[in-house]
Amino acid sequence: MAFIEAIMQYGFLQKALLTSIMVGIICGVIGCFIILRGMALMGDAISHAVLPGVAISYMLGINFFFGAVFSGVVTAIAIGFVSQNSRIKHDTSIGIMFTAAFAAGIIIITLLKSSTDLYHILFGNVLAVRSSDMWITLAIGIVVLAAVYLFYKELLITSFDETMGAAYGLPVRLIHYFLMTLLTMVTVASLQTVGIVLVVAMLITPAAAAYLLTDRLWIMIFLASGIGVISSIAGLYFSFTYNLASGATIVISATAIFVLVFLFSPKHGLIWRMLRVKKKRASLI
Amino acid sequence: MEKAAISINDLHVSYYGNEALKGVSLSVQPGNLVGIIGPNGAGKSTLLKAMLNLLPKDKGDIKVLGKTVKEVRKKIAYVPQRNDIDWDFPITVLDAVLLGTYPNLQLFRRPKKKEKEWALECLQRVGMEAFKKRQIGELSGGQQQRVFLARALAQKAELFCLDEPFVGVDASSEETIVTILKELCMQGKTVIVVHHDLSKANDYFSQLILLNKELISFGGVNEVIQSDIIERAYKGQFAFMKEMGV
Repeated sequence: MAFIEAIMQYGFLQKALLTSIMVGIICGVIGCFIILRGMALMGDAISHAVLPGVAISYMLGINFFFGAVFSGVVTAIAIGFVSQNSRIKHDTSIGIMFTAAFAAGIIIITLLKSSTDLYHILFGNVLAVRSSDMWITLAIGIVVLAAVYLFYKELLITSFDETMGAAYGLPVRLIHYFLMTLLTMVTVASLQTVGIVLVVAMLITPAAAAYLLTDRLWIMIFLASGIGVISSIAGLYFSFTYNLASGATIVISATAIFVLVFLFSPKHGLIWRMLRVKKKRASLI
Repeated sequence: MEKAAISINDLHVSYYGNEALKGVSLSVQPGNLVGIIGPNGAGKSTLLKAMLNLLPKDKGDIKVLGKTVKEVRKKIAYVPQRNDIDWDFPITVLDAVLLGTYPNLQLFRRPKKKEKEWALECLQRVGMEAFKKRQIGELSGGQQQRVFLARALAQKAELFCLDEPFVGVDASSEETIVTILKELCMQGKTVIVVHHDLSKANDYFSQLILLNKELISFGGVNEVIQSDIIERAYKGQFAFMKEMGV
């Protein structure tokens, strides 16, 4: 177990491990709400849309967290504005807005010609996590988890039956943008570990696997976080051992778990479903 | 005189300039079971939603229980159309009913034992307590509707609004639901139901709102269900269909 020895020995690996565990947890939590609201594409969009914010933050020499949250939220508002004020459907609006933001980000980064490494922003490099990044991730993690804990009722009701929420007086629009803000923060926290392009996988894949395993939201949230953490650790191991890009190995680990669950989940898995159908049909002969 | 449960004055609603409701004025007294009926596209659900300020209105004044909608929101229970709900959502029957207690819980407060017991009581009232641990998608249409009625009961509301509650619902569930709605009215609550067919309107409702973009008729069931009035509401649609070349 050279990996464990290496963790004991190298500070950079400890930071990488802590950061990716935190990312696994918060992506799992927020991912549950994203997939239940049918906003998987929105997750992809917001994660890409932080790019110009990150670039401008580097340009201004401020922490990239602020720029990223700003451009993520602005894009979310722009997406909502276009789809609510024209016949353009929501997914089309998402497609237009996030690619625009992403393209703008690429241009800004190219113009900067700075030491900013586009490749690392896009694909992540968890082994290069600095202490300051780790603390940002930790702080974001605490904020996100506290927000979900405190507003669990409101998030649950607006995810399940938004009209009921609106009827009894919840500010459903505000809650939507609140969730978009949390989503942006999670994306920022994940930049270093999996990178912009693959964040959506960490949001959706563990949550989707958890969705196939349980019929209760709070259990789904814990399972999704657990699956996120396992994927992160496994991915980090493969990344370190075989010298592969960490984002890719983490995402592939999550996908492997999803495939297992898809096949073998006791209630919703493919195999048991097929066996149940077979048994039922056999009993009718 | 007692305060009207709902009073609407000159309500106009449009979708991006296309008129959906024009000049609707009416006033419902507490304790009534009111059906909103009318042909397809008459704006029945629109009226229900506009009444609760869930849709932007172009003009008009709405008072619920003598106050603005905003002031009495917690007293309004809403049961959506069945196909507005994601029935695969990871939630059990009891937890779905428990949602009805949320409006009366303060921010950051979780439902405790007291709320859970009350939710179970509401579930018993609709005869669904045996299913409390099931995921909501495993129920039949009628059972699902009963669960949502239990959720509305759990809210201890004064005004109950149900959008097409009898679509895809079996006869015995329909009967259970109607009985409970009538009981609520006996207790002085007000119930508004968007209803799709006229056949049972007689038995179910005490008052009817007959709608076809504008208010055709409003009043006691027997006043509204007169062939000439009904014809006026539905003829509009036939003429419209002719225009379309159907």
